[in-house]
Amino acid sequence: MALTGVEIFKLLPKTNCKKCGHPTCLAFAMKLAQRQATLDSCPDVSEEAKKVLGEASAPPVRPITLGSGDKAAKMGEETVLFRHEKKFVNPCVLAVEVKDTMTDAELAGFADAVVSSEMDRVGQKLRIDAIFISNSSGDAAKFESAVKTVASKAPGVAVILSTTNPAAAEAALKHVSDRKPLLFGADDSNLEAMAGVAKDAKASLGISAKDPEALSVLTEKAKTLGVEDIVMDSGARTAKQIIENNTLIRRAAVKKNFKALGFPVITFAQREDPMLEALVASLGITKYSSIVVLSNIERWKNLALFTLRQNIYTDPQVPMQVEQKIYKIGEPTPESPLIITTNFSLTYFIVSGEVENSKVPVRLAVMDCEGLSVLTAWAAGKFTASKIAQFINDSGVEKEISHKELIIPGYVAILSGSIEEKLPGWKVTVGPREANAMPAYLKSRSN
Amino acid sequence: MAFAAPKESYSGKVYEVSIGTDKTAVFGGENVLPFHSFEGSTPNRPLIAYEIQDVPPDDWVENVKKVYADVSKDPVTWAKYCQDTLKARAIALRLVGTHPDRENRSAEDAAKTVREVLDAISVPLIILGSNNAEKDASVLVAASGAAKGKNCIIGKAQEANYKTIAAAAMANNHKMAAMSELDINLSKQLNILITQMGFEKERLVTDPMCSALGYGLEYTYSVMERIRLAALTQNDATMQPPLLGDVGMYVWKLKETQASEADLPMWGALEQRGIAWETITAGALLVAGAELLIMRHPEAVRAVEKFIEELI
Repeated sequence: MALTGVEIFKLLPKTNCKKCGHPTCLAFAMKLAQRQATLDSCPDVSEEAKKVLGEASAPPVRPITLGSGDKAAKMGEETVLFRHEKKFVNPCVLAVEVKDTMTDAELAGFADAVVSSEMDRVGQKLRIDAIFISNSSGDAAKFESAVKTVASKAPGVAVILSTTNPAAAEAALKHVSDRKPLLFGADDSNLEAMAGVAKDAKASLGISAKDPEALSVLTEKAKTLGVEDIVMDSGARTAKQIIENNTLIRRAAVKKNFKALGFPVITFAQREDPMLEALVASLGITKYSSIVVLSNIERWKNLALFTLRQNIYTDPQVPMQVEQKIYKIGEPTPESPLIITTNFSLTYFIVSGEVENSKVPVRLAVMDCEGLSVLTAWAAGKFTASKIAQFINDSGVEKEISHKELIIPGYVAILSGSIEEKLPGWKVTVGPREANAMPAYLKSRSN
Repeated sequence: MAFAAPKESYSGKVYEVSIGTDKTAVFGGENVLPFHSFEGSTPNRPLIAYEIQDVPPDDWVENVKKVYADVSKDPVTWAKYCQDTLKARAIALRLVGTHPDRENRSAEDAAKTVREVLDAISVPLIILGSNNAEKDASVLVAASGAAKGKNCIIGKAQEANYKTIAAAAMANNHKMAAMSELDINLSKQLNILITQMGFEKERLVTDPMCSALGYGLEYTYSVMERIRLAALTQNDATMQPPLLGDVGMYVWKLKETQASEADLPMWGALEQRGIAWETITAGALLVAGAELLIMRHPEAVRAVEKFIEELI
């Protein structure tokens, strides 16, 4: 269980030496409790305090990195069950499975698809993060060769090596030793040998068991064998088992601080039906998987899954905002209407969507109101006549248009007079209150 | 330390709602979070209704329009196609043609359409207005009367028009969908106002407003999760009606369901992309708590039904 600030304070030196950068030990303790500081900032802390605090302050789900360099993906560190409580921390890794029974050309095709999967959405770079290589042939030499091919065709991409054969694992891991790989395939029959191989190769170890209980026994055993970076497969394969096991595991880790299940979870979503595969993958994204393995990475599916992952992992306490600027919708001419709204992302998405539906080209001036919607921003004094006037002047939009007419949201009709005062020579027109009236409004204007 | 499965029990339960008269459909009724059958009872699977409308779907995107090209000229043929060929378990008739900015059909015309559709089908019907609060008040009153005794869902009642619509739904023995905008407190408040009129809360369906994948889905997702938690852990009766996700109409107007692959090669095949957008939006809302979905594309419905099959 996490300690409170006061409980932590009791374990600190209480010298108020300020070496940690905080005015007092109590202030430092409070920051530690909120996980906004780390214990290594304190030079004088006792070994005993370190041990107690280290255990208590460790996140309930152990942080593990898959891959290295700029494509490394962090996993774990989650602290809650529901995203409205606190931001989900490390977005689920999406991996595609390849098999060592595939031809080199097929392997290269998948590697290419992964390398070229990166796309940009709302300012974030999104991609398929890893390649899961299965030793389906059961043959060690074939596995090694497949790993070599993938490693050379997908430079820098994180890899997960899946085999239950420790010797095959050892040989194949040599080709990806610089990538912080995950060795997947330990179970109750081979744990000792696999733990040894993973440790030597500095790889994380993926452990499978038939259920969470059996899994917790194996992870404890792996820890005594010196393996700390563990990824767990609870044996769940159907959607029903995935939601059950992932929920029980996350609860055990977060609410009971049950360390034996405090590791990232891997989920297998491969299905013959690509839409069903997308749905099972989406279940992994929403319900606590840290890695989801796919059988295929069609671009339409990637876009949908990347977007879902982004939606679920946004910070619920920070209103989503879009950048302040004049957005062009369609191909506006100097005569096209100029509409203003605020930069709350939902406001922007809904207004721009309706404007797009109208098929009337428009300049949409989106003003920074700290992510508030129109009425809220107006009430908070962030969407006022003088601020609007300043934004319009600073934007330079005047040079792009042949008219001086600004359409404002119907909810702030009250501002029209004062904006006209602050923007001499401009005509302010009151537009619809709700975005869904936008198409009719714009069409009637252009007739 | 040995593992003890941290199962939870809840004090509350979602109301079970049954609609239709001939072939009825039942949803809700669980006393656990969505698909948590390992710690409680989930007696009914979520219900998916096929969306049709009173006027031809000229405004729908090509990839959905073409599926219904031969049947969508009139709502009766369209409804029968959904029931008989697509095996729809319920149908949602949106009276979008009544909107003043559209065909501006009268309340009497809308009532006539409702009667004709009801005469043609045996599965339950959900009757939706055009989302013009003022016009809906008169349209849904007429529609409600036309469907008297057929145990439909009438909607959507909103803050601006709930009184008229609730009175009509009550008088004609229907269930009712109440919609507010993406805020758990607004949902709760509207449900309270409606029940204060004497409308039984057991006959309500809550629509916290749908938002699509990539366009605020996380808001709907979290509002639904919070409503479910309030219903189950706090036994809050005003939050216990089943939840509605009106998915199709929010999804099939987005760029992601319309832009061609030639224009945006990174987005991949348009046909599957559109279907996936509806599928994933629906799937995420199911996991968040929706018991009733309104959808458009048969392939998306098929995939989501398969997903439900795997989840229960």
